Amino acid sequence: MRHTFAVSIGGAAGQGVATPGNIFARIFARRGLSVQAYNAYQSIIRGGHTFLTIRTGPDEIKSFGDKIDLLIPLNQDTIDRHLNLLGAGAAVVYNGDTIKPGKAADGVRLCPLPVSQLNSNSRNKVEQNTLCVAAGLSMMGVGFQSLAEVLTQQFKKKGDAVVNENVESARSAYQYATEHFEPFPRPLPMTEKPQAVLTGNMALAMGGAAAGVKFYCAYPMSPSTGVLHWMASHARKSGIMVRQVEDEIGVVNMAIGAAQAGCRAMCATSGGGFALMTEGLGMAAMIETPMVVIDVQRAGPSTGVPTKTEQGDLWQMLGAGHGDYPRAIATPTDILDCFKIIPEIFNLVDKFQCPGIVLTDLLLSEGTGSVDPKELNFNVPIDRGELITAPDGVSGNYKRYLITESGISPRAIPGIPGYTHTVATDEHQEDGVLISDEFTNPVKRREMMEKRQRKVQGIEAAVPPPKLVGPRNADVTLIGWGSTKGVIEEAIELLADAGITASHLQIRWMVPLHGDAILDELRGAKHTIMVENNFSGQFARYLRGETSFVADGHIRKYDGEPFMPHHIVEAIKEQLAGKTKLSVPMHEIMV
Amino acid sequence: MATTEQLLKPITLPDYKGKVDPDWCPGCGDFGVLAALEKALVDLQIHPFNVVTISGIGCSSNLPGYIGTYGMHTLHGRALAVATGVKLANHDLTVVVTGGDGDGFGIGGNHFIHTMRRNVDLLYLAMDNQIYGLTTGQVSPTSSIGMKTKSTPHGSVEPPINPISMALAAGATFIARGFSGEQKHLTELIKQGLKHKGFSFIDVFSPCVTYNHDNTYAWFKQRVKKLEEDPTYDATNWLMAAERSQIWGEVIPIGKFFERNDLPSLDQAEPVLDEGGPLAHRKLGIPPEIAREFVTELM
Ligand SMILES: Cc1ncc(C[n+]2csc(CCOP(=O)(O)OP(=O)(O)O)c2C)c(N)n1
Ligand code: SF4
Ligand SMILES: [Mg+2]
Repeated sequence: MRHTFAVSIGGAAGQGVATPGNIFARIFARRGLSVQAYNAYQSIIRGGHTFLTIRTGPDEIKSFGDKIDLLIPLNQDTIDRHLNLLGAGAAVVYNGDTIKPGKAADGVRLCPLPVSQLNSNSRNKVEQNTLCVAAGLSMMGVGFQSLAEVLTQQFKKKGDAVVNENVESARSAYQYATEHFEPFPRPLPMTEKPQAVLTGNMALAMGGAAAGVKFYCAYPMSPSTGVLHWMASHARKSGIMVRQVEDEIGVVNMAIGAAQAGCRAMCATSGGGFALMTEGLGMAAMIETPMVVIDVQRAGPSTGVPTKTEQGDLWQMLGAGHGDYPRAIATPTDILDCFKIIPEIFNLVDKFQCPGIVLTDLLLSEGTGSVDPKELNFNVPIDRGELITAPDGVSGNYKRYLITESGISPRAIPGIPGYTHTVATDEHQEDGVLISDEFTNPVKRREMMEKRQRKVQGIEAAVPPPKLVGPRNADVTLIGWGSTKGVIEEAIELLADAGITASHLQIRWMVPLHGDAILDELRGAKHTIMVENNFSGQFARYLRGETSFVADGHIRKYDGEPFMPHHIVEAIKEQLAGKTKLSVPMHEIMV
Repeated sequence: MATTEQLLKPITLPDYKGKVDPDWCPGCGDFGVLAALEKALVDLQIHPFNVVTISGIGCSSNLPGYIGTYGMHTLHGRALAVATGVKLANHDLTVVVTGGDGDGFGIGGNHFIHTMRRNVDLLYLAMDNQIYGLTTGQVSPTSSIGMKTKSTPHGSVEPPINPISMALAAGATFIARGFSGEQKHLTELIKQGLKHKGFSFIDVFSPCVTYNHDNTYAWFKQRVKKLEEDPTYDATNWLMAAERSQIWGEVIPIGKFFERNDLPSLDQAEPVLDEGGPLAHRKLGIPPEIAREFVTELM
């Protein structure tokens, strides 16, 4: 079995759970280890309960896992909630002055730190968080120097005195742990390849920068706001115009304006904001102006649970806007894919002059993960399709909506002599003149509808169909989409340990779906199970609508938290045993 | 195709002719707004290919189809948001927004306020007929109390908004009111608005001859009085403008209410546009050394 190690830090919001989390993630990634972190939190700025889990190991970490090796509770509430979930071999490092543990299971080690004693040499009390991190690192067999480096970097701005104080207190906690607590049996390994650490939101934003986005606008909405934050803080260096707009209606329309004028334009929101954008998406489709909207799903409906994850917006994306129009919908499968998919979808929508949607969720957008820095390659191919940005001597009688076999017409941006034209949300003829009011014309209307819809075939051909991974005759075939890729892959490894073979089909493009290819991939599958983070099986219903495919069983979860590998494993076992066709795993950790 | 010769040729009214003629009702005030706009653009010798005319939805919003510039006929109420995107993407363009009172002050009210606050460099011509024309005559945000329309058959009980005082409050840097029946005056205002660097708002009385039988040409002709004819009026004085904006009755002031030129427009205030020309023409992507920096931050 692979070597992994998970540390969880819990406390009230405002108690500083994020900082020790970042310290661990950075140290692990610098050791060349793979990292995944997930923060279970609530929509308050102070108080409540925040629980961050960071999992690491030398091989790729695909989910935040099932078990905790080290728990760092920053308050009594955390230890009360989580101590009974720890199994043999786990350890708890905590402030022994303030926290009283209850009864732990056999084999769980309690490691109280005498925080005030360790702090006695410092004038400003060093945070208990830092001391717990230091003790934890000692037990993991990580040399003190790596912590000293991160602390120095972190406190550099506050001056040498603060740096020294933190480093020295941390050193005393590290030594105390070395002397008093038994180390974990397997010290944390090291590899030669330091990793970069980022959130999905950062990856989406960086993907936009790589794709050549020059206009980004948004209205803050969790869990998509991180894209705005990255864009705003990197705007000047990247030459990107970043604007916070009055509402999401303004956002989508402003982005379309910038796109029509020739920029690659992008915006991000969550379900509620997306609802306000839908009329705008129809406009982008009708005037054939490419742009990209990111929808980061949170638990709905309505305001829902702003800090919890779900895959509940699929039908909203499929049905966004009235009337028929071509669109592309991509669902990135991990944090690195959040980066890679943006340039891909921009090339696609620029070519086909239609709106593109990137559908992801809180699990990825606010999740933190490590990637090989080489994979964050900004030097991506850029193809803007049939775009006219300079006078070329061939115009004259320019038709913006020229009827073509592909449905794609040459697109001139404003400011170019010889190409003046008006784009309109009313139905129009080839030269852009309206055929909606005085001169409605069924023949032309049909032609224009067919022209736009012909792009659908082109889009389908331009995107590769999904591929089954694993043996066709596996005991079970799992079908998921978007962010569930990692946890399904890990569940498959656990199933293999239990003697159950599994294959896997993960959907990355919702539109184009490639229904026939999916049916081919699933032909002969022994037992198909669809895994979705929603109540109604939105993808199952879509796939059935498009292909008539009906899966043998379903695993769904809609409690706001993502799947853990054992949820999927146990559900598959009960379904293969014929106990049920629908499993809804219970989330054991209360946050 | 425009040759150098064509680019050097003086610009004349036919250069601004649209692909089709307007299908407004004969006598509609919107004809006068279109004519004054074309005249102003010709007077200023602006090339039609450097102009983008952007509208929402409504009778008045059909204007971009009738003028020979680049155009965008967008969604009901959204023209100002779209126009902000266009202007920021290519600040070399002259951006003109047209649309109705319902479009701009009703469904688009939020964008109206914020576009003024941001001082986006564009000309906004509200073609105000105090009625919803395209949807065949319902009450609008500028309809007077007591006005009978299809949606207020017994007379409206809601007070109208005052676009001029709204614009003053929201921080617009050029604010004027024109009348489609006063062509010369309107053309002059539009020229000033086009020349103003920043947000220029002109509320233009543009009578709907089909659905508004209260606020007719004759009704306005009796009432409008030009601010320019009052030697004591000072359009740089915000308080004076605020006071005049409240006058509505036997006399209705038209003309330039207010202008200030000491504030940067949004494109001037935004450092990303300081160098490198319009965003729309810049090279895509991130230079390798900056990309490296972005990745190093994550290590
Ligand atoms: C979202 C939306 N709601 C309603 C309409 C219908 N609609 C079209 S124009 C209009 C009002 C037009 O009034 P105004 O903006 O004053 O323009 P006018 O026709 O008077 O020039 C309405 C309600 C629409 N097109 N879109
Ligand atoms: S209905 Fe009124 S506003 Fe519309 S075109 Fe006719 S006169 Fe003009
Ligand atoms: Mg109107």
